[in-house]
Amino acid sequence: MEVILALAIGILAGAGVWLMLRPRTFEVILGMSFVSYAVNLFIFSMGRLRVNAAPVLDPGRTADPASYADPLPQALVLTAIVIGFATTALFLVVLLAARGWTGTDHVDGTEGGE
Amino acid sequence: MTPAHIVILPIVLPLLAGAGLLLIDERRRALKGSLAAGTVMVLLLVAMQLVRIADTAADITTYRLGNWDTSFGIVLVLDRLSALMVLLTAVLAVAALVFAMARWHRGGSHFHSILLFLLVGLNGAFLTGDLFNLFVFLEVLLAASYGLVLHGSGRLRVRAGLHYIAINVAGAALLLIGISLLYGVTGTLNIADLIVRVSALSGTDRALANAGAGILGIALLLKAGMWPLCFWLVPAYSAAAAPVGAIFAVMTKLGVYTVLRLWLPLFGAQALPWAPLGGNWLLLGGAVTLVYGIVGVLSAQRLSQLASYSVLVSSGTLLAVVATGQTAGIAGALFYLVSSTLGISTLFLLIELLERGRDPTADLLAITRESLPGEEDDADDDVDEEVGIVIPGSLAFLGMAFAGSALLLAGLPPLSGFLGKVAILHGLFGADSSLDGVAIDRARWIILTLLLLSGLVTVIAGSRIGVRTLWGEFDRNVPDVSPFEIAPITLLVVLCVGLTLSAGPVLRYMEETAALLQAPATYVEGVLGSSPDPEGLRLP
Repeated sequence: MEVILALAIGILAGAGVWLMLRPRTFEVILGMSFVSYAVNLFIFSMGRLRVNAAPVLDPGRTADPASYADPLPQALVLTAIVIGFATTALFLVVLLAARGWTGTDHVDGTEGGE
Repeated sequence: MTPAHIVILPIVLPLLAGAGLLLIDERRRALKGSLAAGTVMVLLLVAMQLVRIADTAADITTYRLGNWDTSFGIVLVLDRLSALMVLLTAVLAVAALVFAMARWHRGGSHFHSILLFLLVGLNGAFLTGDLFNLFVFLEVLLAASYGLVLHGSGRLRVRAGLHYIAINVAGAALLLIGISLLYGVTGTLNIADLIVRVSALSGTDRALANAGAGILGIALLLKAGMWPLCFWLVPAYSAAAAPVGAIFAVMTKLGVYTVLRLWLPLFGAQALPWAPLGGNWLLLGGAVTLVYGIVGVLSAQRLSQLASYSVLVSSGTLLAVVATGQTAGIAGALFYLVSSTLGISTLFLLIELLERGRDPTADLLAITRESLPGEEDDADDDVDEEVGIVIPGSLAFLGMAFAGSALLLAGLPPLSGFLGKVAILHGLFGADSSLDGVAIDRARWIILTLLLLSGLVTVIAGSRIGVRTLWGEFDRNVPDVSPFEIAPITLLVVLCVGLTLSAGPVLRYMEETAALLQAPATYVEGVLGSSPDPEGLRLP
């Protein structure tokens, strides 16, 4: 399970970084989304991977901390996801504004050598 | 309201005021501007009170949100450093908001609300004692700063804003990785708790904590503008509107603040039984930033570029001095921080006034003209005609203010920039180095050379641009300056004069701040030692 998660984070982060270095604004924003997925999974994994362990206390079960997952990283992930959404939406607006002002979707606002 | 709740006021007050201002019609700008300016003036009073509390209190003041025990809940921590930064932010906010009432608030919608939200983020980041909370407040301030960078719109701003947002989103990802790594290793997000647990780490955990701190450091030094993470700064800052640039001057200082708050007690030389992390890198980064800033200042062809590169010079100086980890030097650096922030802010406010009504390419031409032969003859011919030229009042004021801010940044007497630099150098050379002798010695001389060089270069660049701008062809276009624009500039310059006159008490405050930073045990005890107040939840 650890290997699969690590591979998933690695692939997402790698793809995200590659896309962020592309010259088109749309690719950059996709790259940012991929990187934020990778980061969110990473935060989640920092609570250690556990199967069959709820993060919320269950009245029916024993109050043994060993039978529960760490709830804090899960709460952090939620916050990070929400903030990531907001930033992505904001970036989309700026992207459209830049497209309107410059007439191109190149990140530098010009097509370079053309 | 009990006095204890005053700690959270710098966060709650602008949040409520900013949200309330959204409800007022955008066309009633005068009303919105006055309300916002009133709010930040109250904030200024609150910040003064906070400084007084921090200065008189025996130890640090903590505020437990929701009155949870410190090990579970989030705390706000008020000590001398955070109170100082909140006060500095409030001063700049007053200046920026009053300045914007003249004309800049017409540049786009919801200017006042966004600026107040920026204050929420800044004050929160200064006051919080929790690592993840720091991330949240950083995002609040970044989201607001995205809006402010774009204020006034236009092709240049949108393009600079695009790059600014992209780099900061990437920085936020790194910040999250660093924070979660530290949490994964230590199991806590509370900074005081972290200080305790990091020093007890061993083996692979120690390596992981180092990795996490390194990644966190990259994200935070990106905010501070350390070379080579600073290339976003100059385009974004020089494209920003004048009042926005004035308040942005404190944002790079937030990066320096986090280095002081996190790196010094967590990974500084005194903190750990094992080798300190990244001290030499911080010194090297600060020095290279300083060199980059110096070259930039010298090559600046417009005032806005001069101001932006001055931000880098200031950041580089602070980082390099903090990296030496010497208490007396850090005290001087804090004094320099306040004085240079005020100076840069003044410069940002002046730029637009000086360039108002001018041909944007005039400065570029002026600099090119210097290298062309033949111009000197013309100048000689004109001398007879220009005897007794009348300098308009507004121009005289602008000239004085420009000279004042240039003196502040260059570090020449009689203003406080000089005292800041003297305090840094005196701190570095006067203190007996209990640390590694050779490294500190080399660091001292590097900092001394670069600090003096940066002063010289600022004088050269400032006088060149100043002469061309102020003594240029103004007969046709005397800048039209409103009282709303004169007042904040006067406020900032007078504050610097005040800083110079009362340098003794201020430096005493800075020394106590630096001493507290070097004694993480006091901080830890102050935060963790406080237990929930059973009376705390009862309403008065």
